[in-house]
Amino acid sequence: MSATSRYATRTSGRGGRRATALGPGLAALCVVLAVVAFLSVTMGSRSIGLSEVLRALGNLDSDGSITSTVTLELRVPRTLLGILVGAALGVAGAILQGVTRNPLADAGMMGINSGAAVLVVFAVTVLGVQGVGVYIWFAFAGAIGALVLVYAIASLGREGATPVKLALAGAAVTAGLVSVTTGIVMTNVDALNELRFWQVGSLAGRYTPILTGVAPFLLIGLAASLGFGRVLNGLALGEDTARGLGQNVTRTRTAAFAVVAVLAGAATAACGPIVFIGLVVPHVARLLCGPDYRWILPYSMVLAPIVLLLADVLGRVVAAPDELQVGVVLGVMGAPAFVAIVRYGRLSEV
Amino acid sequence: MTAVTHPTIAPTGTAASALRDNRRRRRARSVLVTCALVVAVAALFVFTMMVGSFRIGAGEVVASVLHLRDNPSVDFVVRGLRLPTAASALTVGLALGASGTIFQQLLRNPLASPDFVGITSGAGLAAVTGIVLLEAGGLVISGFALGGAILAGLAMYLLAWRDGVTGYRFILIGIGVAIFFDGLIGYVLSRARLFEARQAMHWLTGSVGQASPEELRLLVGALLVLLPVAVLLQRPLRALELGDDAARTLGTRPDLSRAGLLATGIVLVALAVAVAGPIVFVALVAGPIANRLLGPATGGILPAALVGAALLLVADLVAVHLLPTPLPTGVVTGAVGAPYLLWLLATTNRQGAGG
Repeated sequence: MSATSRYATRTSGRGGRRATALGPGLAALCVVLAVVAFLSVTMGSRSIGLSEVLRALGNLDSDGSITSTVTLELRVPRTLLGILVGAALGVAGAILQGVTRNPLADAGMMGINSGAAVLVVFAVTVLGVQGVGVYIWFAFAGAIGALVLVYAIASLGREGATPVKLALAGAAVTAGLVSVTTGIVMTNVDALNELRFWQVGSLAGRYTPILTGVAPFLLIGLAASLGFGRVLNGLALGEDTARGLGQNVTRTRTAAFAVVAVLAGAATAACGPIVFIGLVVPHVARLLCGPDYRWILPYSMVLAPIVLLLADVLGRVVAAPDELQVGVVLGVMGAPAFVAIVRYGRLSEV
Repeated sequence: MTAVTHPTIAPTGTAASALRDNRRRRRARSVLVTCALVVAVAALFVFTMMVGSFRIGAGEVVASVLHLRDNPSVDFVVRGLRLPTAASALTVGLALGASGTIFQQLLRNPLASPDFVGITSGAGLAAVTGIVLLEAGGLVISGFALGGAILAGLAMYLLAWRDGVTGYRFILIGIGVAIFFDGLIGYVLSRARLFEARQAMHWLTGSVGQASPEELRLLVGALLVLLPVAVLLQRPLRALELGDDAARTLGTRPDLSRAGLLATGIVLVALAVAVAGPIVFVALVAGPIANRLLGPATGGILPAALVGAALLLVADLVAVHLLPTPLPTGVVTGAVGAPYLLWLLATTNRQGAGG
């Protein structure tokens, strides 16, 4: 593959020089993230000034005023969840694209949403579970199960998981699971009512209990994901080369896949399906920092929450005093980006 | 995809006669299978009108449908109650089967059915929007679905167009568009009142029992035009399977034929979805099942359409009569289709034909 070899020479030739520019770039992005996070805390149907935010954060016990309650119990957890979930989805997408060498690999396209939805409905109808805080664990299990199933199906055969096979396997498993979900929902109003709110993808209404529930998984997953840079660089040169460099390719794949499943599963369980972000952000990161996965991973991890929080704030501002769920905003923004990747992206170059 | 058996160089002598023999055998099998399918579909069609809480003999059903005899009570049940559903299952099945196999052959992928590549989702979004925001019903919803499907198909064709449309790009764009539309459907459902959300969900499952007489007339009329067109387009479809260059030397204009075939397939599936809602998997499995029956003479659009009709008639019989509570047809096709699909994925992938 000529593209990869070109990448390889570029990495080795200019790697050192690029790294000196890439470090400050990442720091700058972190500053941007901080600014966006601040926007996310202050903006909304009730605008909160800087001084008030600082005062509320300064004495962490809510003093009972509406402003401090909104800040501490709604905005701050929401923003933190946005940062964690965004980082998780971005880095999961980047790892998945690297490990499958497939520019269209994305947890969302690979059945993760329908898998989560099926178990949410199962929990509500059969076990009588209610409330996001409880069925989140079923969503988690379903998401991971579907992701593994889709990847397993797509990797059958000699050429492994090609873009079209992955996409079709994802679409097909989704279609199957959706019809099961629909069959149940048709006969159970409670399940429909829970499902239709879970499945739009939103940061709203998912407050402290959910944040504390998924945060450990997300943090561990994020920390683990940063260790994959070097092996993904090896894989980018082709499986045989990676083996020649002394890598255990199967073990790398399995480990990377486990990390992706935890990250994307927990993120989807907490917020519902948030589409396209894991697909598009790694491409933007690759544009900014080149093909070195040791940089792509942290860049994706910072870029994705910036995009997610911006979309969330946008959804709150555009439709105020109502709000547009972040999943919808990102869907509308992400679809054109997806089409552009398919049309103009050089699909073999991941 | 099956191996292409068309000769590329002119055969001579015994090879030619063997080839002619082979071709004759294939044609004979194709005609035989098609006739058998016609008989089976006709039998199922009559049978669905015989069963129910009020059982009627086959002779009486036929006599009543063809207006041969007048028997008010039988006529009421047959013509008034059961014929519309049976006719809807028949025509929707024909349309889904034909369009599914056109997509699969054209995009050269056994999994590329219109269910997955955005057309059905486009119809779904338009219809659900109509139900929830405009509180529409009946023919208006069908009109929305038809428009949504056609617009989605057109948008995908334009988005995938770049010096021609390749199957690869069309499938990927289609899947992206489907995800996009599905997200918006979820959003509209979350905005709806619970009653309308249920109604929309019901529509989204797909059922042959919801067709109105006007919709049926429209679908029957369209099929009378489109099925012959599809059969005429079979020749360029075969040529395209050999690749664009070969198709050109065979006197086919690849881009034009592809556009024509896609348009036919899209309109067929759009009409089917407009009448019955998105019934999953029928378009996907009709073609492969027909191919299995046809043996070496694979790829017939007419046999695939007939298999689609048979599948849908059976699925509706199961949905209405065999289950404890009558469910929409789409639940049955989904539950049966999903395992079949996984098997299909596993086997085609092992042969390396999955994409």
